[in-house]
Order: sequence, then C-alpha cells, then structure tokens
Amino acid sequence: MITETRSGPDRRRLLAGGTALLASAFAGRLSAQGAEPIKVGYIVPLTGAYGADATIQVKGAEVAIARFNEEGGLAGRMAQLLVRDDKLNPGEASTRAQELIERENVALIAGCFGAPMLAVNAVTRQRGVLYNPVGASDAIVSASDWSATTFHEGPTPFMLAGALARYVVPTLGGSKRVALLVSDYVYGHEMVRGFVPVATSLGAEIVGEVRHPLGATDYSSYFPRLLAMKPDLLVVMSFGRDQQITFKQATEFGVKRQMRIAAPQLVHTARIIDGHSHYEGIVGGTGYYWGIENEIPSAKAFNDRFRRMHGGQNPSDYAAVGFASVMAPLIAMRNAGTTETKAVVAALKALRYDLYKGPQHYRACDQQAVQSILIITSKPPKEASVKDDIFKVLAVEQGSEDRLASCAALGHKT
Amino acid sequence: MDITLDLVLQQAVTGLALGAVYVLVAVGLSLIFGLLTVVNFAHGAFFMVGAYAGIATHEYTGSFLAAGVAAVVVSALIGAFSERVLVRPLYGRGIDYPLLLTFGISYVLVDAARILFGRQGLSIDLPEALQGGIDLGFGYFPLYRMLLVAGTLVLLALLWLGIERTRWGLIIRAGARDPLILRVLGVDVSRVWLAIFAFGAGLAGLAGILAAPLRGATPEMGDGVLVSAFVVTVVGGMGSLAGAVVAGFGLGVAVSLTTLFAPAFSDLAMFVFMAIVLLVRPNGLFGRAGLLS
Repeated sequence: MITETRSGPDRRRLLAGGTALLASAFAGRLSAQGAEPIKVGYIVPLTGAYGADATIQVKGAEVAIARFNEEGGLAGRMAQLLVRDDKLNPGEASTRAQELIERENVALIAGCFGAPMLAVNAVTRQRGVLYNPVGASDAIVSASDWSATTFHEGPTPFMLAGALARYVVPTLGGSKRVALLVSDYVYGHEMVRGFVPVATSLGAEIVGEVRHPLGATDYSSYFPRLLAMKPDLLVVMSFGRDQQITFKQATEFGVKRQMRIAAPQLVHTARIIDGHSHYEGIVGGTGYYWGIENEIPSAKAFNDRFRRMHGGQNPSDYAAVGFASVMAPLIAMRNAGTTETKAVVAALKALRYDLYKGPQHYRACDQQAVQSILIITSKPPKEASVKDDIFKVLAVEQGSEDRLASCAALGHKT
Repeated sequence: MDITLDLVLQQAVTGLALGAVYVLVAVGLSLIFGLLTVVNFAHGAFFMVGAYAGIATHEYTGSFLAAGVAAVVVSALIGAFSERVLVRPLYGRGIDYPLLLTFGISYVLVDAARILFGRQGLSIDLPEALQGGIDLGFGYFPLYRMLLVAGTLVLLALLWLGIERTRWGLIIRAGARDPLILRVLGVDVSRVWLAIFAFGAGLAGLAGILAAPLRGATPEMGDGVLVSAFVVTVVGGMGSLAGAVVAGFGLGVAVSLTTLFAPAFSDLAMFVFMAIVLLVRPNGLFGRAGLLS
C-alpha cells in the first residue's frame, strides 16, 4: 500500500516533469535551429601551383561573410565559412564537396577554379545544392554541364579573350599578323575559341598556333618557331606558372623587341611575384583591379573593407571574385528569406547587384554573371602609389549579354 | 611555316641549354646511385632548396655569385645531414628502403619551403651583365643560356679531371666497383659516401639557382626536374657519369627539335627516346648490368 500511495503521486509528478522536460528540450531545439549558422562551403586549391591565388580568394570570401553578418545575417542567422583544400585535384574536390553537403549540410558551395570546378559541379548538380564557382571556364555554363543550381561568378574565357581581341587588334596598325602560344588543355582551347573569331573579324590574320603541354617549365624551344612566323602580336593563352615562365623567357629571348605580347588573363599575384620587367608592355584582361576604386564606389567600399580586415592589403582579382561568389548568394538568401535552394535560385535569377565593380546580373539561359572586363598593362614601380599598385587600366569593357557566348552556341534552348 | 636550316640550328642550340640543366641534376643523381646504390628521390627537392637558398641570399646581398655559393652550400649541407643521419642506417637493407626514405625527405623539404617562403613562389632577375644576347649567325641567343652551357661543360671537365686524375677520384672509382676492397685497404668508405651525397646534392642546388632566373622558384619546382633527371640517368645508364652527360644534352636537343615539328609532343619525346634506348640497350647507353640487383 505504502508503495502504491507513494507511487501514484510520484508517477504523476514524473509524467508531468518528463513532459515539461520534453517540451523544454523541443523548444530549445527549435531555438537552436533558429540560430543555426548558414554554412558556406568554400573549396579552393590552397596546396599547389595556385595556392597564392586561392589564399587571397579565401580572404575575399571572409569579407563577404563578415559583411553579411554585420548586416544582421538572415533574420539573425549568421553565415559561417567552411574552407576546404582541393589540392587542385578533381577527385579530392569531389570528396570535399560530398563531405560539405552530407556532414555540414551547407547551403552553398563556392570558390572552385581549375579542373576541380566541373568535378564539384557534378556533385552539386546531383544533390541539388547551390554552387557559384569563380574559375574561367566556358564549359561550366554550357548546356552539357549546366545545372539549375549552378551560377558562375567569374568571367569566362570567351569574355576575357573577346575583350582582349576587341582592344588589342585595332591597335596593331596595318599588319595584323597574330601568333598564338596555347596551353594544351581546356583553358587554352577555350581562350582560342573566344579570341580567334573576334580577332579575325577585326582583320587579324592568325599566322600560327603553337600548343605546349600544361606545366611546361621551358618555353625557349617554342620561341624560334614563333619568331619564324614573324607575327606582330603573340597571344599567350596560358595561366599561372605557365604564363609567368613564358613572359620571363620571352623577355630573356628578346621576343618583345620583335613583336607585342598579350594574354587574355593577367593575374595580380603572378605580376607581384615576377615584377614589372617581365610584364612590361604586355596587355591583358582581368575581371578586377583594385585601382578602379577612384571611379567605382562599390570598388572603393569593397577595397576599404578588405583592407580593414586584412592588414591594409589590397584585394587581388581573385579576392574580388571570391568575395562576390559568396556575397551574391547570401544577399539572395536574404531576399528570399530562406536558405531553401529553389527559392534562393529564384532570388539569384532576379538579383541585380553592384558588389565591387559596377552593375552585374546573371544571364537567364546559363546563369553566367554578366560583368565588365578590364584591359590592363603592368605599371612601372616608379609610377606606383603603393607597392601593389601594379597595373594601369587601359580600357573597361562594360558588362553586356552581347559580350558573352550566345546561349545557342553554348547549347541552351533560346 | 618553312623549316629552314637556321631554324633547326637555333632549336638545337636551345636544346643544348635545356640539356645543361638536365645534366647538372642528373650527374649528381648518377654519382649517388653509382657509388651508394641509392635511388635518391630527394634530388628534385635539393634542386628546389638550392633555388630558394640562392634567391634568399640574393635578396640580402644582391650578389648572384653569393647566391650560387649559398645554393651549393645549403643543399650540400642538407644532403650531408640526410645521408649521415637518415640514409646511412639503411645501407644493406635493400634498394627500396633508402628510396622510400628519400621520397619522404623530399616531402619534408617541399613543405618546409611552403612554410618558410609561402606557396606563391619567388623570382630572381639576372644581373645586368648576364642579360642580353648574342648573334650566332643563324639567330639571336640569350647570353645567359650560352654561359650556362659553357659553365656546365667547364664543370664537367673539372669533374672528369677530379675523378680520373686525383686520389679522391681513384677512391670514388674504386668504391663504385667494390666498396669492400676499399675497406680492406683502410679507406673510410663512409666518409666517401657522405662526401659524394653532399656533392651530388650541392650540384642539384647549383642547378636550381642557375635555373631560377629562367623559370622562377616554387616549392614544387623539383618534381618535373626529378622526372627528367631520372629519364636522363636511365637513358645514360644508371651510375654512369658519361652516360648522364651524353643523355642530358641529347635529350635536351631531342625535346627541342620535337617542339619544332610537333610542339604538343615535346614532353612525350623524352619518354619515347627513353623507351627506344632501353629496347636497344636495356642498361642504358653506358650502363652496367646488375647494379640494381
């Protein structure tokens, strides 16, 4: 009896207490869910030949996260950056993407460039995850690799090479003989496809195309052949170390004395490492140079924030596009009021943004960021205002859908 | 484009300069293998260490000569340390033990360079006196590359004299044939091994700083060079100095001429050349049978 009398009220108290505990745990869980960070996966090749570009690109992404959080996040939900090193290896990138999706439940994957870019795209397309890479690639926006959840923040080779051709060919004068030195992989091939039609339409004669293996360390054996073609302009269609070594050895062989040199994409970090002498007189394209801040308020705002966060350092081209690749989707999430992919995709499609270099938007058919391209050349140290004042902006080609490869050419239904 | 004799000659001279770097790296590799039977996978890393040590010294002194001395000394010291402390305990345990160890050493050195100097790489400009070019009659050629070929030939001549005409050379030749006999004769073989390992590493370091003005320096710069040096060593015959010299210059010219006719296959040319040589002479051009067994 005693047991029974005692057990009655105890059981009731236990039930009541248990219910209260459950309710409080449930409420706590709901509250925790409300404050759960918006996770942004950022996959870049921190290890390897492009480590310097990847490192400063991450700094750009950090600026985006800081700005979003300072502005209140998404109804109080803060963003969190999860950086992963793909080692410039597509297999590694694919594994890291899967890990970010399955274990971290990321709302966005951004960053990627180089060969891993398409590998990550295959994963995000299959899983329906929002993806915004930065690398120069036409394939990422072509119909064969297209995904409804993939946007492309960086300029494409078609845009860079086309802008270069439109600038440089008219400056050649009467003779417009052009030779191409092409890195024999997709980047180089896409640059050729972007450059040649525009250049020939402007009267250029392509006198030869020499392909070299990716990662070659000596270009001296290519120069006699190129010199024998007697071009007025040599266009170097390679990236990273390949391009740096080509410029260095072209200077050494006196190639610049016999022809002009141009490249569709000149990279900030490479110019800093190699100095002015090897880049002197070379004209090229880029998506961003911090020196445009005097003309473009959004560039000034981005540069100031970047300098504040990173010890006074000026942002590079990769830092800027790395910033936009995170910032634009975060703004879209805020506009959509959710991180749910379908709603964010719709918000991104509708987005008109000016984050760092003037007005931009994503084209409807392929979700490529329509943006300006700068034509630049190396600035002599004596003219530099600060140590990393390394380029002069020769021209700005404003962003326009006309400057992109046509939707039909990329295989999209129009 | 017309293929003229001038163009072929220009391409051949370019190939000789390319071969000079192969030779400098491969000679050290071949010496180490010939005497110690160590397949030194850290050799590419010594090449990189030389480039970095040289560039760092150049930053402080502004002297290219000091950069060259620093490149040789630092890579030789690291080579000596590696042999004395790490490789030596593995002698007599089979060829794969030191092979794997040197593979590990190369990883450590490359990561150390990344930590100390960053991933972005460094650059060094030639001194003004070495800039410019000369007209060879059939085309313009950079002065520095001509000096590189000439310097390599002088170094090889000195090396040949040292090996053929000095007591140390006699010990090295004897040690390569039968180290046991040397021991019986009272020669401290371990000192010879230490010196040869350091010398080989120093040569790789010298090649590194000499190549740096042409291609810059990155932590991974030794990877490609190591592959080329192994191809040169295998084609020349493992352990053969003369083989390394002939194969180094020969492969440089072969790669350069392939670039003229089929540029996309220039890298492949080296391996095709190796395959053909090995089919005809399985021990390489000047190699001895049984070294690896």
